[in-house]
Amino acid sequence: MAVKKATLVDLFTRTLKVRLFEEKVWDIFGQNLVPGTLHLYLGQEAVAAGVTVALKETDWIQSTHRGHGHVVAKGADMNAAMAELLGKKTGSCKGKGGSMHITQFDVGVLGATGVVASGLPIAVGAALSAQMRKTDEVVACFFGDGASNNGTFGESLNMAAIWQLPLVWIVENNLYAMGTPITLTCPSQNIADRGEAYCTPSVVVDGNNAVEVYEATVEAVKRAREGGGPSLIECKTYRMRGHSRFDPAKYRPQDEVDHWMGRDAVEIIKNIALEQKALTEKQAESIRKKLQKAVDKAGDFAIKSEHPAPEEALDDVFKEAI
Amino acid sequence: MTEITYRDALKQGLREEMLRDDNVFIMGEDVGLNWGGAFKVTKGLAEEFGEDRVRDTPISENAIAGAAVGAAITGMRPVAEIMFGDLISLAMDQVCNQAAKMRYMFGGQTSVPLVLRSVFGGGKNIASHHSQSLEAWFMHTPGLKIAVPAFAYDAKGLIKTAIRDPDPVMFFEHKLVYDRKEEVPEEEYLIPFGEAKVRREGADVTVWGTFFMVHKALEVAEELAKDGISVEVIDPRTLVPLDKKTLIDSVKKTGRLVLVTEETKTGATTAEIAAIVQEEAFDWLDAPVMRVNAPDTPVPFSPTLEQYFIPDNKRIADAIREIV
Ligand SMILES: Cc1ncc(C[n+]2csc(CCOP(=O)(O)OP(=O)(O)O)c2C)c(N)n1
Ligand SMILES: [Mg+2]
Repeated sequence: MAVKKATLVDLFTRTLKVRLFEEKVWDIFGQNLVPGTLHLYLGQEAVAAGVTVALKETDWIQSTHRGHGHVVAKGADMNAAMAELLGKKTGSCKGKGGSMHITQFDVGVLGATGVVASGLPIAVGAALSAQMRKTDEVVACFFGDGASNNGTFGESLNMAAIWQLPLVWIVENNLYAMGTPITLTCPSQNIADRGEAYCTPSVVVDGNNAVEVYEATVEAVKRAREGGGPSLIECKTYRMRGHSRFDPAKYRPQDEVDHWMGRDAVEIIKNIALEQKALTEKQAESIRKKLQKAVDKAGDFAIKSEHPAPEEALDDVFKEAI
Repeated sequence: MTEITYRDALKQGLREEMLRDDNVFIMGEDVGLNWGGAFKVTKGLAEEFGEDRVRDTPISENAIAGAAVGAAITGMRPVAEIMFGDLISLAMDQVCNQAAKMRYMFGGQTSVPLVLRSVFGGGKNIASHHSQSLEAWFMHTPGLKIAVPAFAYDAKGLIKTAIRDPDPVMFFEHKLVYDRKEEVPEEEYLIPFGEAKVRREGADVTVWGTFFMVHKALEVAEELAKDGISVEVIDPRTLVPLDKKTLIDSVKKTGRLVLVTEETKTGATTAEIAAIVQEEAFDWLDAPVMRVNAPDTPVPFSPTLEQYFIPDNKRIADAIREIV
């Protein structure tokens, strides 16, 4: 499949947007302004970009505990996203959720969840709903290699397959679940092998290459929209940082780290776009500047925003307080 | 005696039991070489005892708990770790339908000597899925013992008793006490289940609480002493079995009771304690039993919201002043 030039520019822009957003988060975190913990998406940007560029606005994504990149790529308001990470009143969840629950429903994010693998059955339900409501909506469900060891994985893949739901499973295999390497937890090193066991067409792609992710997603989404049922895409990728805020990730062998650090998602898509003449260096630079401005603005907005008033803790348990 | 943290006291207890009994083993997510447990309680044990006995598992809570059940009924002494108390929800069938019921349902034929360690509590700004206090869920399930140590000394003595117990023990820790240091004997000692500890003697009012709230209650008692209010503080140390006698004796002495936990209020362990006290010591009560809990909401993320959610010294002091 030849990817259109405009699409290459989209893929570059979205990959870079997520990168710059996360670098800003890391910077603000360094100023001690981000409470709690943080699971950065740095390194995996091409997955969120490749998947979301292949989706329509009316499609849905289900996110994880490592969700900043997913929601920003899906089109979340960066000001509200950043403010949420800082626990501000202006955050997309009014400061109730934070990093692990960063969510903007009206751009098609079903939710970010702190419970690993809890998103899979929810994605099944959303896809079932799309089918029952006779829409053309598709659900893309992100989850990690670690999540694929949870019982919900098997239950959800099976249900999606028997009901032929419009669902795309996106496995972000970054080779680790916290400090546990996949070599210890998955007899086959490919999660895609498990997909086949549920009669779900499954492929492995280079998760640091936004074009590969995009092409696989386009095919899977087409199948889903046409009533062909679920597919699974395993994206091999790597965290540029530790698992969470204070994890130095010393458990990863240096040669492995070096290998993956040399495969920077932003550089890869940029080079493809340049080679295909979809983009000039100058255009790339101007895109970067524009994005950087927006990200800086989001940072300022979040920092300047107010904290919620303490009693707001009582709001939103039910639609009407009881 | 040396001062060590609650975390290290737990580790000492685990280590002593692993040295004593080859059948004791640990399993859970990231408990082994690379991490040593999310809160570092097991750090160093995989190095000492090997990855066979300190076993990293996949992210499979239901299977971790179930495998602990299977190993326990066939002669092993598993200590399973669920990384956060909130995540025991993924293992509820194995914990509440299997582990808790087997001895009874099978007419006493089998024992399920497992320990399930996990951690509760807020204060770390990690929001609704990693901050809850759910001990009441398990108190409501017959067949489970429940330890709730708030001090390092108790953590060591209780984990050893838990491992030797013939029945399933839910062993709950609290995030904010791991770093607290206190004197802990290096030699072996056991703390029997069902023995509360009077942390501070007083005459005017009894405060009963768990986990970090015990520490807050002690601070409040110190403050109120300056105003001439004498507060007795009781730490139950285990919820099942529950030391009713120490509590009832105290209420008979003071005539007043304030219950303090970090749980959301409705259906909390404090509700059960209040019910017990009115059944067994009604005639000695001079005032209504007061409850200080979190509001009935999920745990919010933002620091301003979470501080409001978790009971603080002022709320405890206000409740005491209201009835003395
Ligand atoms: C059910 C559950 N178990 C354990 C945890 C603790 N935990 C948080 S993230 C994580 C690792 C997840 O690994 P993976 O699914 O590969 O995602 P990654 O962090 O690599 O993006 C663990 C064990 C959790 N949040 N939920
Ligand atoms: Mg992973």
